[in-house]
Amino acid sequence: MSDSAARLNDFAVKLANPNGSGSASANGLLMQAMFRMGVPVSGKNLFPSNIQGLPTWYEIRVSGEGYMARSLDYDLMVAMNAQTYERDVKEVRAGGFVLYDSSWPLDPRLMRTDIGFLGVPLAKMCNEQFAEPRERVLMKNIAYAGSMAALLNLDMKVVEQLLTEKYGGKKGLKESNQKALAIGYDYAAKHFNCPLPFHLGPMQENGDKILIDGNTATALGCLYAGATVAAWYPITPATSVMDAFTRLCAKYRKDPDTGKNNYLIVQAEDELAAIGMVIGASWNGARSFTSTAGPGISLMNELLGLAYYAEIPAVVIDVQRVGPSTGMPTRTQQGDILSCAYASHGDTKHILLFPSNPAECFEFAVKSFDLAEQFQTPVIMLSDLDIGMNDWVVPRLTWDDQWRPNRGRVLTAEELQEMSKYFRYSPRDEDGVAARTLPGVDAKGSFFTRGSGHNRFGVYTEMPDEYQDVIDRLLEKHNSSAKYVPAPVMLTRPGAKIGVISLGGCDPAVREGLDQLAAHGTPADYMRIRGFPFDTVVTEFLMSHDYTVIIEQNRDAQLRSLLTLETTVPKEKMRSALFYGGFPLSARQVVESIKKFEEK
Amino acid sequence: MPSITKPVAAHPSLAKNSLGLTIREYEGSMSTLCAGCGHDSITAAIIRAVWELSIEPHMIAKMSGIGCSSKTPTYFVSGAHGFNSAHGRMPAIATGANAANRALTYIGVSGDGDSLSIGLGQLSHAIRRNLKMAYILENNGVYGLTKGQFSASSDLGSKNKRGEPNRVSPIDPALLALSIGATFVARSFSGDKEQLVPIIKAAIAHRGFALVDVISPCVTFNDHAGSTKSYSHVREHQLRSIETDFIAPAPEILAEITPKGVTNVAMHDGSVVRFTSLPENYDPTNRQKVYNYLLEQQGQGNVVTGLLYVDESAPDVHELANTSEVPLSQIPFEVLCPGAATLAKLQEEFR
Repeated sequence: MSDSAARLNDFAVKLANPNGSGSASANGLLMQAMFRMGVPVSGKNLFPSNIQGLPTWYEIRVSGEGYMARSLDYDLMVAMNAQTYERDVKEVRAGGFVLYDSSWPLDPRLMRTDIGFLGVPLAKMCNEQFAEPRERVLMKNIAYAGSMAALLNLDMKVVEQLLTEKYGGKKGLKESNQKALAIGYDYAAKHFNCPLPFHLGPMQENGDKILIDGNTATALGCLYAGATVAAWYPITPATSVMDAFTRLCAKYRKDPDTGKNNYLIVQAEDELAAIGMVIGASWNGARSFTSTAGPGISLMNELLGLAYYAEIPAVVIDVQRVGPSTGMPTRTQQGDILSCAYASHGDTKHILLFPSNPAECFEFAVKSFDLAEQFQTPVIMLSDLDIGMNDWVVPRLTWDDQWRPNRGRVLTAEELQEMSKYFRYSPRDEDGVAARTLPGVDAKGSFFTRGSGHNRFGVYTEMPDEYQDVIDRLLEKHNSSAKYVPAPVMLTRPGAKIGVISLGGCDPAVREGLDQLAAHGTPADYMRIRGFPFDTVVTEFLMSHDYTVIIEQNRDAQLRSLLTLETTVPKEKMRSALFYGGFPLSARQVVESIKKFEEK
Repeated sequence: MPSITKPVAAHPSLAKNSLGLTIREYEGSMSTLCAGCGHDSITAAIIRAVWELSIEPHMIAKMSGIGCSSKTPTYFVSGAHGFNSAHGRMPAIATGANAANRALTYIGVSGDGDSLSIGLGQLSHAIRRNLKMAYILENNGVYGLTKGQFSASSDLGSKNKRGEPNRVSPIDPALLALSIGATFVARSFSGDKEQLVPIIKAAIAHRGFALVDVISPCVTFNDHAGSTKSYSHVREHQLRSIETDFIAPAPEILAEITPKGVTNVAMHDGSVVRFTSLPENYDPTNRQKVYNYLLEQQGQGNVVTGLLYVDESAPDVHELANTSEVPLSQIPFEVLCPGAATLAKLQEEFR
């Protein structure tokens, strides 16, 4: 069918569907089956802000070498959406294939001679086999999955097992799915040369790995960190953090003896209230968090300043999406870096954590609570839609049962009794942190928390020196946290003259791109930043290269701006490669952008 | 609350509550409000109420937003933690605080700007959730700290200091609260401490959210002729139609015979609120009738005061959520963390 050489476990599939047609379960099934075959695989759901009708795509990349970034080279397009058919067909690489529903004739104008067309009469077959109208629509998806199984050499035993796990008790559903799968499989096996030149073969890469989205991993982190109070306002793409936390708490936080809940989740009236609740709960000694996206961060600015100035811990999970304003709620971006770093009016700076995959979402969520309590300040973990809502293959999450939370400096009733007098903001330790007290512990520890001007004793002030004394300590405290945030991850190469800095979900594309560049004689050193404030190692990296390319997903070079503002490195040493259209980054984009700098 | 420095030592003859504390031990620092401010009288009523209720000072959490009224938590119970938060955001902060530790007594102090303009949304939702707290709205119909602008509770036609009338419709917190399911609605007057103290005690005893709207004249910006929130206007128009008495939980009450014309409402904690001098057919547990009565009296220019409405049957935030009786902030980490073995097991779901 094609002259291209056979390729094992190295291809990309794109599935184009109208939203709301039920394609997600078929796509998820395919992805999970490939994972179970032990093959490195990644899935990107490019979905619209819509419930039904608008175009949605799902991309599956299989890479025996373990490259997990989005690929732009589609070997197989499953074109199920008439609205986008023309564009979808154009995107297939030469030598690739289009799988389409041949129940209707194909417009000859859409034909290409450099790719193969695989027509499967999906609608026709499903209409013959299924009676219910809704079932006919849904099973069409499973039927194309069946055809793909034949075309890509998917292990049908694995698929069968997955159906059993999913529909165990629901015999009818399982049978419908099996039937639809068989229809598609048999048709492809009979009419096409199966498998296609690119296809799957079993591997043993996933034994110690899991398939998980970042939001679920974040919720797990919050559960394990001991968070008991959560407040939130529904927003894409952060909603599934709280959905997962709610599910996990219902399962693991119900007291077996009393049947009572060891948690409280409040759906707030807006993000102003959500962060207020987090601050109130943290002030009162609970570990508390909220999850939100950019529009919520805008609203939370006000009270983040209160928490910063009054020195109250608060954990905010920001699952970034495309801004400004409503922007594109279902597209990914790293556009909240600056608005989070300096959230609120006046002189404020916040601790930021940048996970790059679901495993780090788990780890950093736990870390966020420790840092917030250690430094008595807000901590914002910046995830994004790509990390948060897509399924990633990551190493199994682990936990150390010896681990105990760092609750920071909190005085007990006994400690208070031994003191002659307690003051909230004095004395301070070497990191600029003063001991706090919790309500309800001892009258001696009582004080008046305020967002208005206060001196080191916590007393209202309007005096310049007293005010500056406190605000200067806050800066020292912030700077001290640099050595406690997760250290950058470095990947150096011999002979590298240029540096590359990136963060978050860019990581897989950057690593793959740098491998390609190195193979073509342009080695570059790589530093992935994982926290703010920046430790000195960041400055050292920037100073030790001719120039450094900062790769990030926003228009305004926000990470580069932050590096310019918060290090002593001259601006000229930093160049930007910016990708902000809303889809996850690919290695090709990374390579092209760095090549451009090298050619100059 | 006097605006003068108080002597450090308490007179030995001062009465003590059941904790052995005198009322002096429930005071706070010196007020910085204008002399004669209605808010200072409310502060004094709060001090008396919590002293009489014998609440341990450190088990009280004083919550406020921003404004003249929100400054007052510094002026009472210095042994309690206080949180002077941000403008209009106290209900959310109080919700979080209460979520973390349900064992404390939450007293919120707010004003008409804080509650009815910038914080109207948060107040409404705290009412809807039936958050357990006593919420005292010190209502003077004016922005004091910013020098005399109309507030959302300024009545139609009420004049500012320059003699200009307010032309936008006011928000009546009591009517608003009743319309969105409030379970405790009271109104009083800062100049009527006799009425205010038992109302605050009942508000603290209430099972959920207790709104106490207190008309509290601003002597500097809203106490002139033509203002409907001046001392003289309120004194003239106050309709003290519902007398309220608060009887702390005690076994002997149960044996007492209720006098004729008196309505007793049993509170969740075992205390009793006694309503007397009610207008004919007034039922403090009938939301619609109370609403109609208030509207009717408002039409006649009367400011009805007293504990207007109470419903002890509605669950609060924690009861609705089936939260642990032990405050969430006090549950040991070992109980909260499911541990390594569970993590290993639950990940089978992600295979």
